[in-house]
Parts: sequence; C-alpha cells; structure tokens
Amino acid sequence: MTRVPIALRTEALEQLLVERGLVDPKVMDGFIKMYETDVGPLNGAKVVAKAWTDPEYKARLLENGTAAVAELGFRGPQGEHIVVVENTPDVHNVVVCTLCSCYPWPLLGLPPAWYKDPAYRARVVKEPRTVLAEMGLQLADDVQIQVWDSSSEVRYFVLPERPAGTEGFTEEQLAPLVTRDTMAGVARVMA
Amino acid sequence: MTAALTVSLDVDGPAAPPRSNGELVFAEPWESRAFGLAMTLNEAGAFEWEEFRQRLIVRIADWETSHEPGECFSYYRCWLDALEQVVVAREFVTAGAVQERAAELAARPAGWDHGHDHGDHGHGHDHGDHDH
Repeated sequence: MTRVPIALRTEALEQLLVERGLVDPKVMDGFIKMYETDVGPLNGAKVVAKAWTDPEYKARLLENGTAAVAELGFRGPQGEHIVVVENTPDVHNVVVCTLCSCYPWPLLGLPPAWYKDPAYRARVVKEPRTVLAEMGLQLADDVQIQVWDSSSEVRYFVLPERPAGTEGFTEEQLAPLVTRDTMAGVARVMA
Repeated sequence: MTAALTVSLDVDGPAAPPRSNGELVFAEPWESRAFGLAMTLNEAGAFEWEEFRQRLIVRIADWETSHEPGECFSYYRCWLDALEQVVVAREFVTAGAVQERAAELAARPAGWDHGHDHGDHGHGHDHGDHDH
C-alpha cells in the first residue's frame, strides 16, 4: 500500500464528509478562524489581570474557575471544568496533560507545540524542576512544585504571581504582561 | 456550541491577539483542516468528544512506543488518525473510500491549483458531486 501524503488524506476525508452532508464547510471555516485568530491566551490574561485587581473576583475564580471565567464571557469547548491553581512565593504550579493535550481552550486557545510534545508530557511529571529550568524558569530549591495533570474532567489553569513594581497598574495595563506560558506555569510574569 | 462563536476579541489594540504570545496555532494548512473537521462533526453531534479523545490517547501512546528512531512527533497526524477511526467506526465513510479519494487527489496534474479558470475539466477523474 502506498503511503499517501497526510495533507491529501485530510483533504480526501474533508471532501467525503462534505459530500455526505456531515460537515458544513462554512461552519468548519468559522471554527478554524476562531481558533486561529480570536480565542487565545489574551482571554486568560484578562482573567488573571482581573483576579489581581479584584480580590472578590479572585476568590470566586479559585472557588469555581468555570463560573468565574464565564463571567467574562469565556466558555466553550474544552472549558467545561476549569480549576484555577494559584502560584505563591512558596508554591509553583505547572500544568501538563500526560495522556494527550487537554488544555483550557477558552482561556488559552489551542496548546502550543511544547505542551503536546511527548518529552514534556513525560518529563515534567518526573523532573519538573529540571524541565522548568530548561524552559528558562529557575525556581529556588525551597519552592515547592505542584504538577497538575489535566484530563477531560478537569482543565487546570495557573494564576501566576503578580510581579513587583506593578502596584499602581490597572487591569488594562496588567493584562499584556501575562503570557500564555505563565498561565501554564512554565514562566514567570515579568513587569 | 454556538456560544463559543460569540467569544471574540479586539483584533487590534494594546492587547494584541493570540499570536503575540507565540507561534502560529497550526504549522501547516492540513492541520487546521483536521482540527476543523473534528470540531465541526462534534458540534453537529456526529460523535462524542470523549470518544475521539480516547482514540487520540491511544494513537499518541502507540506512536510513543512504536515510532522509528529520529521520527518527529506530529500531534495532528495522531489527531487525523483518531478522527478517521471515529468516522469509520461510525460508518460515515469507509477507510477504503478515503484512500481511494486521496489517491485520486494525488493523481491531479502538477499545477492543478494554479489559476482558477480551468473549471472542472481536464482532471481526468471525477470528484463526484461538489454541489454544496
């Protein structure tokens, strides 16, 4: 059997599903565009900035992540059960999906390549401190690292530490500081 | 899940869209098509997401235990394999039909997609009913 290039196999599958009326190309293009351009880490950044500036919102966010992010309009596929874990000076949280790539899409968009990589998925559980250091995040030896394994039941989301020097910042000034990697727990927010 | 479609953001402004945080979402166009197919079928109620996810988990695990040394991991290749398994299991299409169509597409003459004034003629094969 000859091996058909995967792009052609995908195209073939799409044609057949469209011809059979199972896939509406307009709906499909809408989904692709949405995840290419609209849904991304900026959503999560807005949640973080609000939590940093509104203690009551932060309490709600830690209590029920799904409901609190829905307050800002962020919901949808792969966001059905979001649990927010808070970084502190003593505890650093990092997120993985050891089995596949479960990830809070409504807050962060689709996962980046490193998150899906077999090496990350296997190693961050066994040697998180080393993996984080390799990714550029050096944590002091006395900082405890918690690794959270996402699944279809629970998608973890990290509330990073607010950086020093941002005391007077508004939500709008804070949000751009919050990168995707900080909300997966593989980086620190820099002022 | 049309609710998700209402989630939209400023496309410009101080807080730039997702790309300001890193790489492109899809490395190649077919990856976006494979992603879109799964999303669209699931949204239309054609299968349960968990059904797909379980097959994806198995495909990824299979790759990890059986890939050639040096072969790069392709997440969306596993994704497409899992999707194909779901649609075949659900009897939406047969594996043979996908192969056959892919072979037809592979037989397109070079430059088939250059210029849009060719219409449907000249391909030497029939793509079936494209009236959609």
